[in-house]
Order: sequence, then C-alpha cells, then structure tokens
Amino acid sequence: MNKYTFGFFLLLALVAPRADALAVFACEPEWGSLLHELGGDAIQVDVGTSALQDVHVIEAKPSLIAKVRRADLIVCTGADLEIGWLPQLIRQAGNAKVASGPGYFLAAEQITTLEKPTSLDRSEGDIHPQGNPHFQLDPNRILVIAKALDARLAQLDAAHAADFHKHLEDFSARWQAAIGNWETKAAPLKGRKLVVHHLSWVYLETWLGMEQVGVLEPKPGVPPTSSHLASLIDVTKNAHAFAIIRAAYQDPKPGDWLAERTGVPAVTLPFTVGGDDKAKDLFGLFDSTIDKLLAAAK
Amino acid sequence: MKPLPIALLALACAAPAAASTASDAQLQALDARIRALETEGEKLREQAAAALAAADAARAELEKMKASLQSTQQAQAAAAVAAPAQASAPAGGANGNAFNPGIAVILNGDYAHHSLNPDSYVRAGFPVVDGAGPGPQGLSLGESEISFAANIDDKFYGQFTLSYDDDNGKTGTNIEEAYIDTLTLPDGFNVRAGRFFSNIGYLNSHHAHTDNFVDRPLAYQAFLANQYGDDGAQLRWVAPLDLFVELGGEVFRGENYPAGGANHGGVGTHTLFAHAGGDVGTDNSWLAGVSMLKAKTTQGDDGFSGDNTLYLADATWKWAPNGNTKDGGVTVRGEYFWDRRDGVYAPLPPPGDNIVPIASWRGDRRGAYLEGVYRLNRMWDVGYRYDKLWAASSGPFASAFDPLRHSVELTWRNSEFSFFRLQLSHDEPLPDKSDNALYLQYDVSLGAHGAHKF
Repeated sequence: MNKYTFGFFLLLALVAPRADALAVFACEPEWGSLLHELGGDAIQVDVGTSALQDVHVIEAKPSLIAKVRRADLIVCTGADLEIGWLPQLIRQAGNAKVASGPGYFLAAEQITTLEKPTSLDRSEGDIHPQGNPHFQLDPNRILVIAKALDARLAQLDAAHAADFHKHLEDFSARWQAAIGNWETKAAPLKGRKLVVHHLSWVYLETWLGMEQVGVLEPKPGVPPTSSHLASLIDVTKNAHAFAIIRAAYQDPKPGDWLAERTGVPAVTLPFTVGGDDKAKDLFGLFDSTIDKLLAAAK
Repeated sequence: MKPLPIALLALACAAPAAASTASDAQLQALDARIRALETEGEKLREQAAAALAAADAARAELEKMKASLQSTQQAQAAAAVAAPAQASAPAGGANGNAFNPGIAVILNGDYAHHSLNPDSYVRAGFPVVDGAGPGPQGLSLGESEISFAANIDDKFYGQFTLSYDDDNGKTGTNIEEAYIDTLTLPDGFNVRAGRFFSNIGYLNSHHAHTDNFVDRPLAYQAFLANQYGDDGAQLRWVAPLDLFVELGGEVFRGENYPAGGANHGGVGTHTLFAHAGGDVGTDNSWLAGVSMLKAKTTQGDDGFSGDNTLYLADATWKWAPNGNTKDGGVTVRGEYFWDRRDGVYAPLPPPGDNIVPIASWRGDRRGAYLEGVYRLNRMWDVGYRYDKLWAASSGPFASAFDPLRHSVELTWRNSEFSFFRLQLSHDEPLPDKSDNALYLQYDVSLGAHGAHKF
C-alpha cells in the first residue's frame, strides 16, 4: 500500500506542472532574452535552440516536443524560418494551448519584413515567401516586438500584467538609450561595404547604413562552392569591403579562404544571444556586434 | 565682488594718523563712494545669477528638444517597421483558392541490378509477401506520391496522400494515407482516424522517402510488408515531462499484412506503443520505444490464419556537434522484431477449391537490423546497415538457415529537397544463394516544405 501511495505521489510530482509560472517556449535565444526582460521571475522560459545551431534545419527532436508539450506560450521568429521543424513539434506535442490562438506568438507577424521575394521558385535557393526572417539584428524591430509580446504576456497572465508593463517600460527606456549610443558609436560604419556568408544581415546593414557587396552562398541555403568563392575575390577587393562576416554557427572555412586571398578580415559575429562571450543578452548582442565591426573597420 | 568694499573699508580704518587732519567732508565722500560700489556689486551679482539661470533654462530646453527629437525619430523608426494593424487580414478574400491545402509531391525512382533474378527470389523461413522483396530488376519508378494537408477548422487537421506503387506487378494508385487529427484535445491527447501508418516501431510511421537506405530492412519486409498501414483509429498521449514520453494505442480494420480478413467485425488488429526520448548534452539526442501489434488473421498474405503477435523494440541515437545534424554527425539506429504465430498455414487455393489448412503454424521468428549513417557535411552521407532474420525451427517455413544482408550507401544532397543515392547490398536469402545488388536512386520533393519527424 505504502509503495503504491509513494508511486502515486511520485507520478503526480512528475506529471504536475512545476510551478504556477507561465511556461514559455522560445524557438531562438533572442526571444528567450527578450522574454527574460519582459517576464522576469513571473514566467519560466525554455529556449529551443542555441546560437551555435542553424535554426533553418533544426530537427523535431524529442526533447523539443517535450518542451512544447508543457508550454503555455511559444514565441518564435516565423516567416517560415522554423517551417522544417516547428509544425512537426506542435503536431506531435498535442498541446492545444500553443497550436494556435494567444499561445502562438510569431515575431514576424508584428513587424514588416525586408526582401520579400517577388517571385517564388526553389531554383533561387531556400527563399522565404514572407521575407527575410533574420530581423533580430534591428533594434527598432525588437522594440516593436517587445511591445506586442508584452501585450501577449499580459493577456495570458493577467495577474502579472502590471509587472510585465513595468518591465516593458524599463526595458524600452534602457533600449532606446542604447539605440542612441549604438547609432553614435557605429557612425563610422556608415557607407562601408561588406561580404556576408548568408543573407542574414540585411536588417543590420539597413540600420547602420552598411552596404552588402557579396554573399558566400551562391544561393540562399546552398553551401559556398569553390568557383563561386573564387568569383568573389575581385568583387571583395574592388569594392574595398572592410569585412567578411558570418554567424557563430556558420562554417568558418569559406570566409577564411576568401580572407586569405583578399586581405579583408573574416569576422565571426554572435548573430544572436549566446553567439559569443559578450552576447549574454540582447544588449550584449548589439554591443559585441558593433564592437567587432568597428574593430574590423579600423 | 564682495572683497572690494571690504578692502576699501579696511583702507579707511587703516588711516588713524590722518584722522585729525582729514576733514568730515572727505570722510563722507569716501563713505558715499563705498556705498555706491557696494550697490553696484550687488547689482552685478544679481545680473550674473539671472544670466546663469537663463543659460541653464536654455540648455534644459535644448536637451528636451533633442530628447524629443530622438524619441520621435525612434518612434518613427519603430512605426516604420511595425506591421500594420490589419496585416493579418486575408490578402485575397475573394480568391476561392486562398484556403487550398499545402500540396507536396515526392518523386522517386531507381535503377537496380540484382545478380539473383528477383522474379524467382525465395527467402528461407520468410515467404515474400505483398511485393516486399528485392524489387524489380532495371529501371523503375519508385514510390511517388502526392500529399495534401491543411487545418480543416479550429479542431481538426487533415492529410491525404495518394501514392503510385510498382511492387512486383501490383501496380497502381492507392490511398496511402487519409486521416484526420484532433488539434484541441486537452492534456496532451491526440486522436487520429482514417487510413494511416501505425506508430509502432521507428520506421513504420516514417514515409520511405525519409529513409537512409533505398529499401526497408529485411525485418520490415518480412513482418510488416515494408510498412503496416490500415484503416483505423489512434489515441496518443504525450506526458508533460522534461523527458519526451509518448504512449498510445491503435485499433485497425485488420485487412493488411500481417493481419488479414478484417476479423472481429472489422477491428482485427490492436497495437500499443510507448516511446521516450531526450537529449544528452548539446550534441546527443535519443529516441527509444517498445511496441506491440496483435492481430486476428484470416488468410494473411503469407497463408497464415490465427493469432499473431509482433513485439518491437527500437532505438535511435544521433550525435552531431552542437546538434547540427544536417552538417555532420552520426546516426545509429536499431530495431528488434519478435513475431509469434499461433494458428494454421492455409494458403489460398486455386479458385473453386475450399481452403484447407495444410499444417499447424505455431512458433516464433525474429528479425533485427542495425544501421549507422555518418553525415560528412550538408551534402554527403555514407551508411552501413546489417540485417538479420531468425527463422522458426518448426512449422511450415521451418529453416535451419537464417537470412542476412549487408548494405552500404552513399547519398549526395543538392538541397534539402533533392538527393541521389548509391547503394550496394549483399543479401543471403538462402544457404546456397546470394544476391548482390546495386541501386541508384533519386528522391525529390516539391511544393509545400515538409516538416519531418526526428
């Protein structure tokens, strides 16, 4: 009898929700960081991927299904960035709360995207019909998303709504001040030219006024080929590019190869929270990105 | 300003010797002069303070204007990137196709060369059923299919897959899957109804175009005719744990192999399955499960009538640096089958004759495979698979010999939508015969972007 009672309570302890806190599943680390800013201790955040992973091609792993199963809210980028795995996670998790409605938050739906293709053909590579989904490097879009996310958190957990609003106010003030500082600091980057690994930097380029002159991938999502890289040597030199940039998760070899032949430094940027030691949160992400670009631009 | 009058006052006091000679008029003039200077100093001080205050006020106003300009700029920047309030309004309300389901097409074909004629292929202990043998010689269209999927409404999701199959003469189009899923059952429950592939084992619920090898393992061929799908219903529950735990069961009509005859009033097959999985560190993921299929069979494709039970155990381990499985790493998978029969062997007689049981069929057979695939990079992978079947020692297909097979494969992917595969197999179906096979396969998907299972 005792054994069964113990077993019953053990099962109950395992099955019962761990706390009353709103459980949020963030597809990418930048949304995890934003949720920490807005939710504080009132929410419990699980982040599905890391800065060292290519979020285009994550697998619908059992551990992720388990996380989505327990979530009250999922916060993802959208714009088809997670199309290869998120639908499978949702369908397998059997969690009606996050399948649609208020428990399903896509950042891309809160903002306008850039690079919306005018024609859709897979011969053009892995293109996103809803525009470029790598908008986490535009601080103005982050602010818009923060406001929408705050409203969503307040809707799902009305008891903590005042806390969320206070956090948003605090975050907005600090973030706006930081934007001013970043813009002042990054002024020397204006008009400078870049070569990128994948088309993931358009928002950063637009914000800071940098110009992209080449892409290591011949087509989006297609790994760099030697002939395409060779064709970039002249482009990189003639345009006086100041850096060849890539995300922390990307293969350094193609960029290093081009750097060796052009003398233009290859720079690994964090791309998202956790991408390097300094990018511990959203503020650190931008600090580190701008510092690394400025160091290369000297 | 203050020291000036004080100094003058001190000067005046420091002239006592002259006091007797100095006239009152002189003293008075000096006093008046001091007062005037004092008043002037006071006035100047007031003026300076006023100027300072004015400067401060101007500076504050400037700061305020700058701040308001910046916040306006930021607000404008934010407003410029915010989605319009009505962004989610449907783009083409009048367009009747706006709600068309996602359409995905899989095209698949291969060239195969077998050293042993596939038409006379016999496997010791395991009759070849329903085209689940070595496949045809030469060029052939593989399993090519078209699939439609969409949310039906707020509560249901539907999928419909038509496939073209060319299995040893059984050519034609068939409905591979046609089912609905619930979307809003509470507490992690899911119900599926229609025609679908059972969730037993690992490979069974996966479509063949996601496999690592051209053909299915021998155990899948022998015990499930490649893949068991039937008309039925499934209940599945995912536990709210850190660990992925999925439990479920199914009832099926029992028409397809290994069942047959749709017994028990058309609910002739039952299954139970349990899967668990998780991560170990950032580089490793695993999934393992045990399942059971129980069927009441009449005239199965292998001539069996009676009760059959199939137990399965499956395990998958994936290692990849930082979990980037598409860029490198190793996948190891194994499944173990245990097939128990209790009935009779009564193959379909020539038309007009009665079915007569030829022999009793009681006993166990087993099968297993173990495969390892090494992903070199985004484009290439190589793999090896070992297959083994253990025949029964008694019954109509008793055999002292246990079939086995080795396979190696090399796959090149141009993108996540297309791959080409070369596979070499050495199959020993009989003690004195072996089949060396070479396969070349293409497999592409077009249309809706698939989201695959782990």
